[in-house]
Amino acid sequence: MSELLELTAAEAIERIASGELSSDEYWDAYREAASGDELNAYLWHAAEESPVDEGAADRELRGAPIAVKDIFCTNGVVTTAGSRILEHNEPLYDAGAITRLREAGARILGKTNMDEFAMGSSNENSAYGDVLNPWDRSRVPGGSSGGSAAAVAGRLAPWAIGTDTGGSIRQPASLCGIVGMKPTYGAVSRYGMIAFASSLDQCGPLTRDVTDAAILLRAIEGRDHCDSTSVGIEGGVALPSREDLKGLSFGVPRELAGDAEGMESGVRANFERTLALVEELGGEVSETELPHAPHGISAYYVLAPAEASANLARYDGVRFGLRTAADDLTEMYESTRRDGFGAEVKRRIMLGTYSLASGYYDAYYGRAQRVRTKIAEDFDTAFERFDYIVTPTSPTVAFELGERTGDPLAMYMSDYCTVPMPLAGIPAISIPSGLARPDGGGPKLPVGFQIAGPAFSESGMLDVAYALERAIGFDSRPPSNGSAR
Amino acid sequence: MIDREQVLHVAKLARLRLTDEEVDRMAGELSGILEHVEHISELDLDDVEPTAHVIELENVLRPDKPRPSWPREDVLGLAPDAADGAFRVPSPQA
Amino acid sequence: MGAVSGERWEPVIGLEIHVQLSTKTKMFCGCSLSFGDEPNVHTCPVCLGHPGTLPTANEQAIRYGLMIALALECEVAARSSFHRKNYFYPDLPKGYQISQYDEPLAVNGRLGDVRIHRAHLEEDAAKLIHLGESGRIHGSGSSLVDFNRGGTPLVEIVTEPDIRSAAQAREWAQLLRTTLRQLGVSDVNMEEGSLRVDGNISLRPAGSEELGVKTELKNMNSFRFLERGIEAEIARQRALLQAGEEVEQETFHFHPEDGSLTPLRSKEYAHDYRYFPEPDLVPVAPTEEMVVEAREALPELPAARRERYVSEVGLSDEAAATLAFQSAYGEYFERALESADGASATAIANWVTGELVATLRQAGEEDPLESKATPAAVATLAGLVEAKRISHGSGKQVLAKLVAEGGDPAAIVESEGLAQISDTGELEKVVEAAIEAEPEAAEAVRGGNEKAAGRIMGAVMKQTKGRADGGEVQRLIREKLGS
Ligand SMILES: [Mg+2]
Ligand SMILES: [Zn+2]
Repeated sequence: MSELLELTAAEAIERIASGELSSDEYWDAYREAASGDELNAYLWHAAEESPVDEGAADRELRGAPIAVKDIFCTNGVVTTAGSRILEHNEPLYDAGAITRLREAGARILGKTNMDEFAMGSSNENSAYGDVLNPWDRSRVPGGSSGGSAAAVAGRLAPWAIGTDTGGSIRQPASLCGIVGMKPTYGAVSRYGMIAFASSLDQCGPLTRDVTDAAILLRAIEGRDHCDSTSVGIEGGVALPSREDLKGLSFGVPRELAGDAEGMESGVRANFERTLALVEELGGEVSETELPHAPHGISAYYVLAPAEASANLARYDGVRFGLRTAADDLTEMYESTRRDGFGAEVKRRIMLGTYSLASGYYDAYYGRAQRVRTKIAEDFDTAFERFDYIVTPTSPTVAFELGERTGDPLAMYMSDYCTVPMPLAGIPAISIPSGLARPDGGGPKLPVGFQIAGPAFSESGMLDVAYALERAIGFDSRPPSNGSAR
Repeated sequence: MIDREQVLHVAKLARLRLTDEEVDRMAGELSGILEHVEHISELDLDDVEPTAHVIELENVLRPDKPRPSWPREDVLGLAPDAADGAFRVPSPQA
Repeated sequence: MGAVSGERWEPVIGLEIHVQLSTKTKMFCGCSLSFGDEPNVHTCPVCLGHPGTLPTANEQAIRYGLMIALALECEVAARSSFHRKNYFYPDLPKGYQISQYDEPLAVNGRLGDVRIHRAHLEEDAAKLIHLGESGRIHGSGSSLVDFNRGGTPLVEIVTEPDIRSAAQAREWAQLLRTTLRQLGVSDVNMEEGSLRVDGNISLRPAGSEELGVKTELKNMNSFRFLERGIEAEIARQRALLQAGEEVEQETFHFHPEDGSLTPLRSKEYAHDYRYFPEPDLVPVAPTEEMVVEAREALPELPAARRERYVSEVGLSDEAAATLAFQSAYGEYFERALESADGASATAIANWVTGELVATLRQAGEEDPLESKATPAAVATLAGLVEAKRISHGSGKQVLAKLVAEGGDPAAIVESEGLAQISDTGELEKVVEAAIEAEPEAAEAVRGGNEKAAGRIMGAVMKQTKGRADGGEVQRLIREKLGS
């Protein structure tokens, strides 16, 4: 049984296809695992008697179970986005990505916990409790797709989808020792994906290895007529097969690596070792620069909250969701939103409303939009010289629960290396590159290596990640007792 | 750099009810974050075009073809307060 | 600006018009448009702003927007984009209205003597029904929201402040309605709200160039109320200024019942709409084909039609204007022309814009195309009079009968015995009889008093029930009385 949980999705699908394994047996193994969730990774999971989608097993993904971040609307299944204000929200429709998954023959195993409305980097902002990191349950799994990352790393799901706005797939993948990818903006439909920052949000896979990431991305990408900004990936996604990195050049931006402040020594050392591996595989590594990348956090924390302040205005207690009753309309609005939103969401709504308010727009929103342009130009320039840009995914390994909750800015800095890519709309993947101890001691914890490429370079990027993954030989299995040493 | 008054004004705009403690904490936290954000004011961005969309798409339009609307009982089923086939709210002050 | 007593004030008026487009579906979702259906039967997760939903722009709404822009002689923007206009209100499901801000669809146009500042696309709000309250928004109690109308495509048209009187505002608004109706892009019905006209009104000392403090005027849901509302606001401001007081910038709600104005409190604190680019929609960049297609879809518009009637058909300015700007009469005239045999265009135009308009107004009829008097019949009638087969007076009798019962003019002339007396011998006897009957008048005429001939003429007409040719009678009177 537990042996089944160690298979990658690709391996299981292959066994089901060849008749060695029954789709239902595989499903049941995970349904049981999910119902024994000790990480608070799931907000909902399929019940024993949950209806089986007939015919799913005959399609591409062979009825394989998948965990879905609770930000994706699922018809008739409560979708909360980690918020109290949507506690009993049962959508009337399926998100675009969910439809693709069902069509490909995947079965929804559960809805995973997340930071409220995807606002957070530690999963401590969920209205439904913290998610624990399977490597060390006293530590955070990262966020905002922390439930998806913990479920995949903790063997509670073979794979999952999440959303990445400033690093919300890559950073938790890095902290949980799995693969996480943010595709090019527009590759996957945003329809039915509850909006945080619409010009940055993008859906992507969280998986045990690079091959699974490719298979999952292939299933979910594509143009959706319900999303005007979706285009899909032209030519689709190829399965990775590359064994070396000969003839490829990799730029290391000093702003996001060597000079990055707050980067732990263990992370730095691991990154250096990984760069050496890249060279051993025939890749050419040299230093480069992304001069405006250090301003990414500033631009991001103006643009994302501004968009969020509008995206979250619909939670007004009128048509759906929570309402705190009152005789006066303004009273009803204000108390509903007071009771329905958590502290971080209120903070970002305030920040976004302020930066859009008359008198401040030019100084904040207007400038941030221009910084965004410069960051994209920096990448364009870099990609004239290099095939890919590589950085550590997170400046630190998983930190302890509560460690940063008192200091919003410190928390925001967890996304220092992952924020520039969504601002430029380009794809990036994080793969586990080994273990390292946090500064000041602690257990050995996963470190992530980030590869970013030009828009729609997903297939090539997956090939590179695949070759590197084999050279690294990372064992993605967390210590069974969930306390790494 | 952001005072209580500003916090209260923004909270009004955002329809958020804050306690006194929240107002004070918010004033401090927002000031801290904006202080960091302020760094972008040092950049020379005079002739830089603002970016609103990262992909260059234009004229993505939907044909004017009706499709069935949702059953009223379904959409009203989600409403905190429905009456007479409609969504009920406290009357707006005018 | 303070008021100097005795100073004369000039009103400066600009209009803000919202036009509901008559597309099949809403602006950003596939729900069909409706009017007067059960509440909330035309909704979906998108137009209800459910979590995760996204807007998709209606191609036909863009096409209609372009047609309006071209009809108003606007410059169509090479690239226009959508913005979010943020405020909380129960009729606004997303907490923001998708509208256009710094990149509108079109700018700098003109209709008649009023310049157009801009025209842009946006989505309509839902309908609020206020329980237990008659009419407008009022405190306490609860309200019901009906989202059928929510998301209806709108074109907002903003004029320059080129209007100088309430009457001019009404006339121009009617010209705009005619133009839009001819485009076939909207029902343009003020009572039903598919055409909504708000006014921006300020006063300034006559001759002054700078603008005074302006107020906004809403809820004038008919052309009559538009004129009355603006008149009321002008009077209110004049009174303030005459008294040396200041006009304050505020919004007023007009009450048709008693013509009163009450100030509206703002929907949004401090009117801070926090516009920013809508990330869910990509820009609209009208291509050459899109613009050409829209231009080719334009029918002949009132301004052009008046021009043609004057220069090509040779109508008088007044007749041309009536036919061009009152599209129903224009259509009536065009149909009459088609079926006309013999009658000249001017004769037909004069009957349509003169006697027909008057007769229908008396009969309390709105639409000439609905009248029992068909365009063909009126064309024939105009022909009969022009050919002197019947007198003008008889023609009016025939028209009255046509309006009342319809039918064929020739038949009516026959049955009523209205055919003009063409036999000179017979007419001569009648004239002689009349001279006998009016000796004083006859004397006077002999004495050179031409006017006195009227009495004799009247007697003749009385005798012939108006069937005599006035010109011929004149000639005979002169001949007999040797004047
Ligand atoms: Mg408007
Ligand atoms: Zn709809």
